[in-house]
Amino acid sequence: MAELTYRAAIAAGIAQEMERDPSVVLIGEDVGAAGGVFKLTEGLLARFGPERVRDTPISEQAIVGAAMGAAMTGLRPIAELMFSDFFAVTWDMVVNQIAKTRYMTGGQVSIPLVLRTANGAGLRFGAQHSQSIENWVMAIPGLKVVAPSNPADMLGLLAAAIRDDDPVIVCEHKALFASKGEVPDGEHMVPMGQASVVRGGADCTIVALAAMVPKALEAAVRLDSDHGIDAEVIDLRSLVPLDAQTILRSVAKTSRLFTVEENPRVGGWGAEIVSLVADEGFYSLDAPLVRITTPHIPIPSAAALEDLAIPSVDRIVATVKRRLEEAT
Amino acid sequence: MAPKAMPVPATVARDLGLALYRTMQECRLLETRAQDLFFEGLVRGTTHLGIGQEAVAAGFARAMRNDDYTFCTYRGHNHTLARGVPMTPILAELFGRATGLLGGKGGSMHLTSVEHGVMGSYAIVGAHLPIALGAAWSAQYRKSGQVAVCFFGDGATNIGAFHEALNMAAVWKAPVVFVCENNQYMEYTPIGAVTAVPRPAADRASAYGLDDIVVDGNDVEAVYAVALEAIRRARAGEGPSLIEALTYRHGGHSRADPGKYRPDEEVAAWKARDPIPAYRERLLAAGIDVATLDAIDAEIAINVAEAEATARAAPEPTAAVLLTDVWSDGGAEWRN
Repeated sequence: MAELTYRAAIAAGIAQEMERDPSVVLIGEDVGAAGGVFKLTEGLLARFGPERVRDTPISEQAIVGAAMGAAMTGLRPIAELMFSDFFAVTWDMVVNQIAKTRYMTGGQVSIPLVLRTANGAGLRFGAQHSQSIENWVMAIPGLKVVAPSNPADMLGLLAAAIRDDDPVIVCEHKALFASKGEVPDGEHMVPMGQASVVRGGADCTIVALAAMVPKALEAAVRLDSDHGIDAEVIDLRSLVPLDAQTILRSVAKTSRLFTVEENPRVGGWGAEIVSLVADEGFYSLDAPLVRITTPHIPIPSAAALEDLAIPSVDRIVATVKRRLEEAT
Repeated sequence: MAPKAMPVPATVARDLGLALYRTMQECRLLETRAQDLFFEGLVRGTTHLGIGQEAVAAGFARAMRNDDYTFCTYRGHNHTLARGVPMTPILAELFGRATGLLGGKGGSMHLTSVEHGVMGSYAIVGAHLPIALGAAWSAQYRKSGQVAVCFFGDGATNIGAFHEALNMAAVWKAPVVFVCENNQYMEYTPIGAVTAVPRPAADRASAYGLDDIVVDGNDVEAVYAVALEAIRRARAGEGPSLIEALTYRHGGHSRADPGKYRPDEEVAAWKARDPIPAYRERLLAAGIDVATLDAIDAEIAINVAEAEATARAAPEPTAAVLLTDVWSDGGAEWRN
């Protein structure tokens, strides 16, 4: 085991796959000579050369469109969108072209590409560089979506995404780049569509994603020590495909469900989970299904406001405690 | 800057001439029948016909290698047919049949046949220029020698994806040929009324360090000559080309549009320059006998009728295929 940062795990995952498959290529703004504005692709140009690691102009439609065309014709491109907010600039490529083409062509066309993007808030960048867009992309049939919360999953899910024959959006959380964790030695891969129970518990289930996972874990520790509430925490890891069974199994045991989401409230991924549990896990429930989310607002830039907007450990602890008390 | 003069051979070889004629006539007769079927209500949805624009499709298709890539728009029947895709699955797709080219999941605007190099018909204006660039980049990386040819209308020259793709293709020296079929109208509006320059594609070429190439898109041999040179350059690693082919659609933008906004004299003048009768005259003048051409016409008419009968008799898709081919495993499941 080696300790890596989440940031270094990204470059390590790309390198692992480029090493084993010459059809894997990387394009994006500043990904080559500069090593990425967040230093996520540092060293890759020197190691794999300019044919495989290409800098692009600021042309998101051309970046994503070219990745699609290359994926249709034998390559496994990784395209970086520097900030996930920029999906809006190339939304046609993502939604109308990449997601639909296999279906529309009766299965003739495969699009094995990865769109990597720096997602989420916490860096005080303001509303156009801090969004969580995982709920945008998960709503589109034909796109797979993963959002890792730690370095090992980052490397392993990125590897799985690159090997997958379908288009995968990899949400890399900006607030996690400096976080550290153990990563297994040797080739590492984490299959998509498997949630991880990161803390066992009996009293309630907390489902979280990406940067909300460490917060949910910290909240669970405090709920236990301060209030005697034993929370199970599930790291969803992958929105599409979704590991519904792990959630349903957990709720069958705990009878209480909370989701912790960074995306704005309306249409967030937690709504899909809540709907699923209401439909298929209803008879095991002892309490209302509760979503803890960012309010339905753009992300503000000031530290004090941004910290209020995004679900915090305090808010998770307070909400879980209050809603469990109400229900008993 | 004057358009760059392209060499046009006086006459192409007899076999090639007949092949160009045949391809244009196949497009014309299939689309004419498709139009009737739409008007008779036998085909639903919408359709965008390229009647009058066949010389561009035929001239390019004949200049391409079998493994080259075609990317076209929702006005893509001609380009699909010209690459050798059979008529029956095209018509079956228009009829919404299980035997359609796309199994009934795409329709008129999305004809695709990967085995013929037809990498898709794209219905969002301009979207496929970056995608074609990507296929060219892939060919360049794989050193396959393949070229991507991307057809689009004059209206696409005013969308951002056009400019992004042209720039990146030029920087990467990608083996891609961008072909603007300037049929003079952006949907219902004259292209000149909404564009800052008189030649919507060619006048933008210098911005990307490319030659400004304009060709008579109703002269199939002129198109063929320009296509040969642009494809040669691309294959030789000399980078992309942007070609503006001047042409005219005989009908409206789509099924819903009778095209009444166009002056009668303009329509008449362009119809007098219909590429197919013009080429027929040229072949006759070159010594090809009328019986040969009549036989081609008759054979195609029979092929269209047979394709229509076969397509109409085919079954509709069943519920079993509704939830297939979202993912590479063949299914549509998003959860366990």
